[in-house]
Amino acid sequence: MVSITTDPIDMNAAYRYVSTDAAGAITFFFGTVRDSTNERAVERLEYEAYDRMALTKMQEIADEACQRWDVRKYAIIHRKGNLAIGDMAVLIAVATPHRADAFDACRYIIDTLKQQVPIWKKEIFEDGQVWVDAHP
Amino acid sequence: MSNRISVQLFGITREIVGSSALTLDLPQPGQVGELLNNLKERYPALNGLRSLLVAVNGEYAEADQPLHPNDEIALIPPVSGG
Repeated sequence: MVSITTDPIDMNAAYRYVSTDAAGAITFFFGTVRDSTNERAVERLEYEAYDRMALTKMQEIADEACQRWDVRKYAIIHRKGNLAIGDMAVLIAVATPHRADAFDACRYIIDTLKQQVPIWKKEIFEDGQVWVDAHP
Repeated sequence: MSNRISVQLFGITREIVGSSALTLDLPQPGQVGELLNNLKERYPALNGLRSLLVAVNGEYAEADQPLHPNDEIALIPPVSGG
């Protein structure tokens, strides 16, 4: 399943969702809000998504991962809106029969999501705001 | 015959334009590259972005893709999810 939500991400619900008797391995990746960028203190992040396209792209990435590895269940959940330091912004969960596939598929999904999915984050500092990676 | 194109804006492009959507009346719908050039002339700050793509009906589009009035068009500045 893929989803975009303004609610806090429920890792226990995701674990229950990907659990399957066919899995010998489940990997999780959590992307969380860090308190600084280049030694500048971050107050919070704002995430914005082009929901329709983002969900389509997330599903394409999941389908590709299922082609490349023996993925039995997966969850890709991205949060949007205002996030505080320590909040979970993204969760990737992958269940496979053997661990190598679980690690590789999880890494592929988060790396490709960051390159292709139309979601944007703005870092709010004490003295300014920056859309991440917008400028060279 | 109207050639009204509407463009959805996100992130820094929304802030540059000052709105979450733009409507353009063009002599002809034209192609993706022409739309980008048109918008970069109207909003020069768009030229300062690391990249600027156009999505048509939810898919990344090439510069020579033709546009149609009912297409769902969006500007995609550099993404930064995760």
